[in-house]
Amino acid sequence: MKIHIKNGRVIDPASGLDAVLDIYVAASHIVGIGAPAAGPSQGRRSAPSGGSEAWGPSIPADFHANQTIDASGLIVCPGLVDLSVRLREPGLEYMATLETEMHAAAVGGITSLACPPDTDPPLDEPGLVEMLKFRAKHMPGPRVYPVGALTRKLKGEGITEMAELTEAGCIAFSQADAPLIDTQVLLRAMEYAKTFELSVWLRPQDPHLAREGVAHDGVVAARLGFPPIPVPAETVALSTILLLVRETGARVHLARLSSRAGIEMVRHAKQDGLPITCDVGIHHVHLSEMDTADFNAHCHLIPPLRSQRDRDAIRHGLEDGTIDAICSDHAPVDDDAKELPFQEAEPGATGVELLLPLTLKWARETGLPLTKALGYITQHPAAILGVDAGRIGIGRPADLCLFDPEATWVVNRANLASLGKNSPFLGLEMQGRVQYTLIDGHLDFRRGNHH
Amino acid sequence: MSANLQLTDDGRLRHLLTLDGLPARILTQILDTAASFITVTDSERDVKKVPLLRGKAIFNIFFENSTRTRTTFEIAAKRLSADVVNLNINASSQSKGETLLDTIANLSAMQADMFIVRHAAAGAGHLIARHVAPHIHIVNAGDGRCSHPTQGLLDMFTLRHYKGPFHNLRVAIVGDVLHSRVARSQIHALTTLGCPEVRVVAPKTLLPRDVENLGVHVFHKMAEGIKDVDAVLMLRLQNERMRGSRLPTAGEYYKHWGLTPDKLKLAKPDAIVMHPGPMNRGVEIDSAVADGMQSVILSQVTFGIAVRMAVMSILAGN
Repeated sequence: MKIHIKNGRVIDPASGLDAVLDIYVAASHIVGIGAPAAGPSQGRRSAPSGGSEAWGPSIPADFHANQTIDASGLIVCPGLVDLSVRLREPGLEYMATLETEMHAAAVGGITSLACPPDTDPPLDEPGLVEMLKFRAKHMPGPRVYPVGALTRKLKGEGITEMAELTEAGCIAFSQADAPLIDTQVLLRAMEYAKTFELSVWLRPQDPHLAREGVAHDGVVAARLGFPPIPVPAETVALSTILLLVRETGARVHLARLSSRAGIEMVRHAKQDGLPITCDVGIHHVHLSEMDTADFNAHCHLIPPLRSQRDRDAIRHGLEDGTIDAICSDHAPVDDDAKELPFQEAEPGATGVELLLPLTLKWARETGLPLTKALGYITQHPAAILGVDAGRIGIGRPADLCLFDPEATWVVNRANLASLGKNSPFLGLEMQGRVQYTLIDGHLDFRRGNHH
Repeated sequence: MSANLQLTDDGRLRHLLTLDGLPARILTQILDTAASFITVTDSERDVKKVPLLRGKAIFNIFFENSTRTRTTFEIAAKRLSADVVNLNINASSQSKGETLLDTIANLSAMQADMFIVRHAAAGAGHLIARHVAPHIHIVNAGDGRCSHPTQGLLDMFTLRHYKGPFHNLRVAIVGDVLHSRVARSQIHALTTLGCPEVRVVAPKTLLPRDVENLGVHVFHKMAEGIKDVDAVLMLRLQNERMRGSRLPTAGEYYKHWGLTPDKLKLAKPDAIVMHPGPMNRGVEIDSAVADGMQSVILSQVTFGIAVRMAVMSILAGN
């Protein structure tokens, strides 16, 4: 399959490229990037930097496209890389299925995703991981990178066969949102992972300080009486993890930071040269505890939405590079588990289809150029995964996302491909919509109404 | 926001879910209406009934046990001539796996006009109010730690009855504010009705973080917290809190925060003492105070019926 993508505004955060160019795809790879083949097209947006004059026409020899995509007015960026997508398989198919969520991810422009091990049973045996990889490989949708369970059954007691699980396809090990109470087990798990130079992903939360909590320990919880999760639940756990990283040298990725104090600790630890990276969920870039004040169960998230100051600190942490990546933390939840009082509702929000528009919204609000903003959902998470993704360049895998930056759409049940309709943004308008998603050189998704 | 859910488009009360965000005019309307019902509940009267809610079906739906609150709602509804159905849900359908909204949908199909709901989770009333048909009214009879609006209103009624206008009052709320829906409703009502000084008195383990944001002054010592107040609003200490990580023993709690005659002397000489019941004598309150001259605890119970009659009749009329 040879595909010619014409006249798109190509943005590659890794190289800083932002210019109207043509891209040529063959045999799963990008084989050519060059100035538009046939004269300047009508109504094309002018690129702010790295204009297409710098690129000569570069149609590879003998390139005869099977398919041509007119990307005029569209932005062509690397396919999105999402560090946390719950596909709900195995065992939780009543919430969503592998097929629906893989498709939803492609609709959202995602071409690579990591799935956490909190399935039923958890991903703690090579056979489960092989089965998941096999099933995912034989259906359309993004490349799936399972994150293996750090401990057996995620119980926090015995460590898993990390080496075997890595051979089966795991790219990292985590507890997902399950507690790891025994600090000695955490130390041993990090030492064992370091033995094989494996990456450990941890969401810092002290299970005792967070006990029974459902919301940030702040103004809204004081007012509504929500059982609270105080900020020290994050910082105390973080402090333990950082000390153990110092001790073991293990490569640790910190998942879903939520507090200003936590981000400040990561900032210092990075300055000290610790081998850590960190991410936040896209909802935490936009929302705060104030959004829980009307008991909206869609805003019951893990970790909890914290204060406005914490949210501002997340934005600041992204801009200064303390936070490396933004993920959707996709958690499709069925209606029965959400149509409950706030504290009884299953936490989480559907996210794969909102990751791009909400990242664009953040970029618009902060004035961040797209060459930088898109890096948090492409190049940086790809580096954390350690895979060749998230970049546009000759010889790179043809994983691409083509979106219309001007298109607006309303988040509602009908517009979401995910089985999870649980979104804090239901009823709200988004700007920016994926029109085509190319995965491994194939057109995996194309929106019906784009011409 | 929650306030809008409670009001009709023209600003009248549609549901009573929380006192947080309700305007003073509605609180005052309820208190004034309750005053007019006091004569109906007067023990001297032979027929303690008015026909305001004749033919209306009121369902008491209690997902959490409470004999006392349920009974006062039942009496109030019957004095308004309504038909009352009592349901204790925790013992029946919920254990069979029926969801909260399914339960409500089923009961709505039985031609209910009003639901009185108690639930262990904050915001349960809000959730139900969002899903019922427009003609059905919801009264929150206690949701988690969030709110207990009729209790807050009956406390305001009692305060106003004995102490007059709110703008002259200094009030202390003493005890487990953290877990108390009563305290939250009292705080919202007092600040809305113009009480210039609302204090909370408790150990740090029984206060929410950022509680000052609710407009209260925080005290940890009884001697300072109840000094020169016009009213002491005691809170119940749940049995499970008496020993554990929040408090070492009931005895130590009593010593520091139990209301004794000696401590009460620090308040104004004519200060009143209130308690939402049921009391733990010898834990949060000494019997000499509970049964003493300054106690208006039994009046609260009587006024509670008039206040609930007022709430139900106003809702049914809107």
